Amino acid sequence: MITKRIIPCLDVRNGRVVKGVNFEGVSDVSSPVELAKHYSDSGADELVFYDITASVEGRALFTDILKEVARTIFIPLTVGGGINAVEDFDRVLKCGADKVSVNSGAIRNPELIYEAAKRYGDQCVVISADVKRVDGVFRVFAKGGRENTGMEAVQWIKRCVDMGAGEVVLNSIDTDGVKQGFDLEMLDAVCNAVSVPVIASGGAGGIRDFVELFDKIPKVDAGLAASIFHFGEVEIKDLKTALRQNGVPVRL
Amino acid sequence: MVAIVDYGVGNLFSLKSSFEMIGVETVVTSDEGVLDAADRIILPGVGAFEDAAKKLRETGLGDAVKKQAAKGKPIMGICLGMQLLFDKSFEYGEHEGLGLIKGEIRPIADVITKDLKIPHIGWNALRFSGEKHKIFKYLNEGDFVYFVHSYYAADCDEAVIATAEYGAELTAAAAQGNVCGCQFHPEKSGDVGLKILKAFCEMEA
Repeated sequence: MITKRIIPCLDVRNGRVVKGVNFEGVSDVSSPVELAKHYSDSGADELVFYDITASVEGRALFTDILKEVARTIFIPLTVGGGINAVEDFDRVLKCGADKVSVNSGAIRNPELIYEAAKRYGDQCVVISADVKRVDGVFRVFAKGGRENTGMEAVQWIKRCVDMGAGEVVLNSIDTDGVKQGFDLEMLDAVCNAVSVPVIASGGAGGIRDFVELFDKIPKVDAGLAASIFHFGEVEIKDLKTALRQNGVPVRL
Repeated sequence: MVAIVDYGVGNLFSLKSSFEMIGVETVVTSDEGVLDAADRIILPGVGAFEDAAKKLRETGLGDAVKKQAAKGKPIMGICLGMQLLFDKSFEYGEHEGLGLIKGEIRPIADVITKDLKIPHIGWNALRFSGEKHKIFKYLNEGDFVYFVHSYYAADCDEAVIATAEYGAELTAAAAQGNVCGCQFHPEKSGDVGLKILKAFCEMEA
């Protein structure tokens, strides 16, 4: 039986992890390599690296880091942030990434999904969508959630999947940072509209939120979170043990 | 020395790194002489069967691998590389494989239940078929490995050495003599995957 995946997300700027606390046995929590190793050893099923660097020099630093991670950690790695062209896919895939997540780049140029899927396969292309309710309608936001594109979210995600996106990361701006649980209503709408794996993001505050997620939305494939893992509020091992106790299939 | 066959398909960074991790030297090559000099061979691959089979044919590397297999050299195919070892595939048409393992590649949609997603993607548990194969000597039944695929090896009961349950018993690994293949990605399956590669490197030629 396929297991539900738990995915920590690391925000990286100029080669360093943006936020974090000290874990036992991790000497430098700002080091993406050390933190990634810690997560992998704790049972993370995949890792997402989000590059929030703006400069070209920073990007080069990021790809060096990525190589270093891919040399030491043997679980699937997804890279997002600043992916605007097929060349960007090429750059990170050569450094050991397995999947590439596109967001604003696909909004600007939806053909990017098609081009990348054709070249690297559907399984390699992840559409990441930042979604927020505006007057009761799910709308897609661009530029890190700052700009309303006016597009209806479920239709947009369906379109991306039709063009070749093999996986969806659905980030609810409404629940992000609130720590009161994932956006079940939004996830349900997207899970019912597409047949590719959907990864829930935004809103996890504790173990109970993951249990509720997989219980209420059985179609969802994975839960992604950043801060609760970085700040040690939830240990991945404890989370997966609790999920198994609640009848959710996980890799332990 | 492990030779990783380079025929322009797939990303070999993690594969190379995982052998480095277990202290085994690798060479990425499209040279028949290098394949001949290697102790064992890895046939990688992602993407479409037709494309990959065509590249193997055009470069002559398909024949080169078959020659090495006939000599008794241990060979492991990974993901699409595993599928290429079979007689043929029905992925978008009908295409000939290397014929090193008896059986054919069919869509998982034919056998899995309708409510399940395609591709079969994520971590799934291994169930061994028959006697535990040498590449699994460091594993326990139920160990998890990472899959990404929409097609599977069918009509190959005798060659199946492990399955994974996904609305049907899908072939997770197969072997015929010195030739074996993993549908999943050992190089993305954490410690379990590294143990498989290590065991493969200890298989006698």
